[in-house]
Amino acid sequence: MSTLSERILRAPAGDYVDRKVDRAYAHDGTGVLTLEAWRRMGGNRFGNDTRYYLQFDHIVPANNSTTATLQHELREFAREKSMQFSDIGCGICHQIMSEDAVLPGEIVVGADSHSVTPGAFGAFATGVGATDMAAIWLTGETWFKVPTSAGIHLTGKLSGAAEAKDLALAYVGKLGTDGATSQALEFVGEGVSFLSMDERLVLANLSVEAGAKAGLFYADDVTIRYLKEQGRSGTMQAPEPCTYCQDLDFDLADIVPLVAVPHRVDTSRPVEDLAGLALDQVFIGTCTNGRYSDLARFARLVKGKKVAVRTIVVPASAAVLKKTIRTGVLADIIEAGCTIGTPGCGPCIGYHMGVLGEGEVCLSTANRNFRNRMGVGGEIYLGSVATAAASAIKGEITSPEAA
Amino acid sequence: MQGRGTAVCLPADIDTDVIIAGRYLRTKDRSIWATHIFEDLDPAIALRLKGAVIVAGKNFGCGSSREQAAIALREAGVVAVIAPSFARIFFRNAINIGLPLIECDLSCEEEARLHSILPKDGSKPAAGASRSGRSRRGCRISSKQAASWSTGGITRDLPRAV
Repeated sequence: MSTLSERILRAPAGDYVDRKVDRAYAHDGTGVLTLEAWRRMGGNRFGNDTRYYLQFDHIVPANNSTTATLQHELREFAREKSMQFSDIGCGICHQIMSEDAVLPGEIVVGADSHSVTPGAFGAFATGVGATDMAAIWLTGETWFKVPTSAGIHLTGKLSGAAEAKDLALAYVGKLGTDGATSQALEFVGEGVSFLSMDERLVLANLSVEAGAKAGLFYADDVTIRYLKEQGRSGTMQAPEPCTYCQDLDFDLADIVPLVAVPHRVDTSRPVEDLAGLALDQVFIGTCTNGRYSDLARFARLVKGKKVAVRTIVVPASAAVLKKTIRTGVLADIIEAGCTIGTPGCGPCIGYHMGVLGEGEVCLSTANRNFRNRMGVGGEIYLGSVATAAASAIKGEITSPEAA
Repeated sequence: MQGRGTAVCLPADIDTDVIIAGRYLRTKDRSIWATHIFEDLDPAIALRLKGAVIVAGKNFGCGSSREQAAIALREAGVVAVIAPSFARIFFRNAINIGLPLIECDLSCEEEARLHSILPKDGSKPAAGASRSGRSRRGCRISSKQAASWSTGGITRDLPRAV
């Protein structure tokens, strides 16, 4: 009996295998070095049976002419090679792959560490660096060491103000930043059926923060329904009895709003412990929490109120932005005093817009709070959308349950 | 493959943002990455890396997929990195660019001397580090990856293979 990773990679844990990659994607950040490495390796071909994507999301629009020149070269290349290209404003690579591409059972590789995100669809999805991606451009294949898998067993239902993000911070906190290094996390148990695709994407997204190679959900009727709504179809996957290298159990009903404190993701504490901490900025967005359901939830909580601190909202994709316009969510967010950024990664990586000044404090819905990540001398606290909304209204870290 | 260098000691969970900050990534100029390496931890570290062996705590290279982290170490003149464990994307990147990593738990007061990073025949890929004359075995990688590592990285291998 096999884990889902073993089934998709068609080999037992521990084996080294070469496998065809179904979908390979890179962005404006990693694409530059990928192109350089591809050229150094001959630069004369692309794998035949792989779909190649290039998405601009890290610095959008370009912040200066150096970036613009690097992006120009990549853009021309993507068009010339007929890659599936998403220019500035289309959205975050992982979100585009989720909305438009990945199917259960596929092998998906992205040149970005959060390429674990599409594992929510029952795909084996993982991140690599630029040279590995260049080799995939060249051959359509890459090598994997088939991972052992950790079982994350879920029961019950999320309740109160708790979100999938709080569960994600809880499991990373329990595992530690290297607690699942090179393992695949499998999210299983009856609790899974109560989780939407957006919630599963959050849980898969954070798996790399525990060092994991992948974070997978078995495709079920929730998955198939989501795919159908997006004009895709897929096959369900039933879990087999299998052995996990470690097991974690969570009753979703016990999950409470959490915040990870600087400068580590595995430092989650109940939001109440930090209540009253003054903020300079709140940021809602990223491949963790920039989806439509996140923005709609945020709008519901701030509607008719005013934020007390500068608040940046960045939709994860153009599709998300368009839906917030159609439904009035965007108007509610702007009326509350928030500002909106171009769909993409926003200030998460501190490359261009929305960064922090020395000594400033931000509550962010992103997935990383490393030292100086969002600006030199800034401090990042990670939390859920509801925590971000409650905190934005008060200008200080505030539990959504107290709001 | 053998190497020798003065140990530069670093703590556990060194992330890729700390190795080379995001604000320096928008360039193809590799010397910029070597110059600003570990800047947010201690800018003085960069000056000690030529010919050095980094001896770090667990989970070295965690975080983002930026290959610039591995490249910066190599460009700064680092001979090898020794740590009890490495984050997986960083590990792959290091193989691909030919930066030796050794999985080994060493205390970091003494000079670290590398030894038999890869056996000459490539048949039993293993890495080790010696201390007080005692050899330790570290990580095992596949023979294919070991070969790539020993020849200086995949960019040199692949054009021959395809």
